[in-house]
Amino acid sequence: MAALTMHYTVDGNDFTLAGDCSSKVKKSLTQLGFDPATIRKVAIAMYEGEINMVIHANGGFIDVSIEPDKIVAVLNDHGPGIADINKAMQEGFSTASNKVRELGFGAGMGLPNMKKYSDEMNISTKIGEGTIVTLTFYTNKTNN
Amino acid sequence: MAETYWHSVTLDKDACKGCTNCLKHCPTQAIRIQNRKAKILKERCIDCGECIRVCPYHAKKAVTDSFDILKNYKYNVALAAPAFCAQFSKTENINLMLTALKKLGFDDVFEVARGAQKASEETRKLMSSGELLSPTISSACPAVVRLIAIRFPNLIGNIIPLRAPMELAAIQARKEAVEKSGLSPDEIGIIFISPCAAKVTEIRSPSNVKNSEVDAVLSMKDIYLKLAQTINKIDENEIENLSFSGKEGILWAVPGGEAVASHVERQIAVDGIQNVIQVFEDIEDGKLNDIEYVEALACIGGCVGGPLTAENSFVACSRLKRICKPLADEKLGLNDDIVAQWDKPLIYRPIMNLDKDINIAMEKMIKLEEIYDRLPKLDCGSCGSPTCRSLAEDIVRGYAKETDCIFKLRERLSSFVNEMVQIDKPKTEDYSSDKNNNDNGSK
Repeated sequence: MAALTMHYTVDGNDFTLAGDCSSKVKKSLTQLGFDPATIRKVAIAMYEGEINMVIHANGGFIDVSIEPDKIVAVLNDHGPGIADINKAMQEGFSTASNKVRELGFGAGMGLPNMKKYSDEMNISTKIGEGTIVTLTFYTNKTNN
Repeated sequence: MAETYWHSVTLDKDACKGCTNCLKHCPTQAIRIQNRKAKILKERCIDCGECIRVCPYHAKKAVTDSFDILKNYKYNVALAAPAFCAQFSKTENINLMLTALKKLGFDDVFEVARGAQKASEETRKLMSSGELLSPTISSACPAVVRLIAIRFPNLIGNIIPLRAPMELAAIQARKEAVEKSGLSPDEIGIIFISPCAAKVTEIRSPSNVKNSEVDAVLSMKDIYLKLAQTINKIDENEIENLSFSGKEGILWAVPGGEAVASHVERQIAVDGIQNVIQVFEDIEDGKLNDIEYVEALACIGGCVGGPLTAENSFVACSRLKRICKPLADEKLGLNDDIVAQWDKPLIYRPIMNLDKDINIAMEKMIKLEEIYDRLPKLDCGSCGSPTCRSLAEDIVRGYAKETDCIFKLRERLSSFVNEMVQIDKPKTEDYSSDKNNNDNGSK
């Protein structure tokens, strides 16, 4: 059967709206009857992704595709790109500005948490062009 | 699931006008308007009592017991919630209020605040054990616990598994009554004086204890007038010494009281069901990492803001704090041997699911999105569902149709009218050029 797809715009100008999209996805997954543990992983990873898009990349788009055994979220931004992915993956590493840190973000846990809570994470990035992060969650694997 | 859902909140059909006030305020979207009357969806209702508060026609009521219930028992103990002491403008003397309550026909009174003190002691023990998930969520408000059971399954493990102060107090109240009266436990009536509907439900169909220790419930509102009159008639020398609880337990009735008593520094006190939902969403998203304890109360103003209270909640809050001022933090609690933890786990009730079969649920969701796209997104509620999205949901569930939307109906009607106008129009000159003319003629 066809996958259920959703398309969201992440507003880069208002960080208070970050989380809107993960919240909607969470609601849909609950209605679809996915198990709570899976929903939690998707919600946390997507929320981290949304925050990243807002604080680093001035927003972008998120496309979510839902199948009974697999959820894929593609986070697409036209931000500055990630210069050193390995560094970005280190817990505590952050390029966030002081202003952003004052708001309580920029702790350097964004990408590590996204990796931790997803089953697969794929990053494709180009300096000056943007970043595409693909998060995949398998529902059968994640039952715990 | 064979479980039946008993609810305290009910509808007085005759009083209901079918307006959208309750529909729009229900935090779990448990109300629909059908045939100009509100309908409560039993499996979704958490008995928070928001609808009781907002109904301008007083059509939403909480089922409580009547005073006659006292006749069922040989010895009755009134279990007074801490919010009780804040209801009367004439006095701030707790012993006077409890004496008046006793005089209504009880053999004894027992303060729920003592149960709250016990709950605080147990909370502190559990919080320092390091065994709880962080942030730990209070279990005191039954509407909040029920909300978690249907909407926040991921947070079930975060709830502190402690019985509510009312339950804890009831256990000790019965023990003491047996000692004082020499009767058997089932001859004793433990009658809770409740500020809210959710606690009534919790007694009739408990979500985390096998059986409630409370036998019956009277609404604070129902006994208020009688009590106010009794208070006036009591002489100074008639006042009995019935109050034994300290500040800590009594302040559970107002926002922050319980959180402060947890002695956890990184705590928050959230009141109002919509605020609670927002905070729970944040916890689910992992946003509340620096908070360790969450007090969550469904009513704005906490228990003194309960839908069955009589006094303005802000006034009651101020009064309660004044009453507590001279008291010690902790006074008489409960016996150490009282088991404070739940004896039944809280179960997730996935009532938001579109279907048990995930494949069918997906099909329904795709349809739901299509329908939602066509709806006006005004969330006016005129269709009888709280939002356009919930109408789309009701349609795919088979409970509603698209023309329940008055805008859709208008579209439909105007296209009918257009068609009828077409029918009435004089026939075109050239019959042979219109091959559908026979159909038109026969319509």
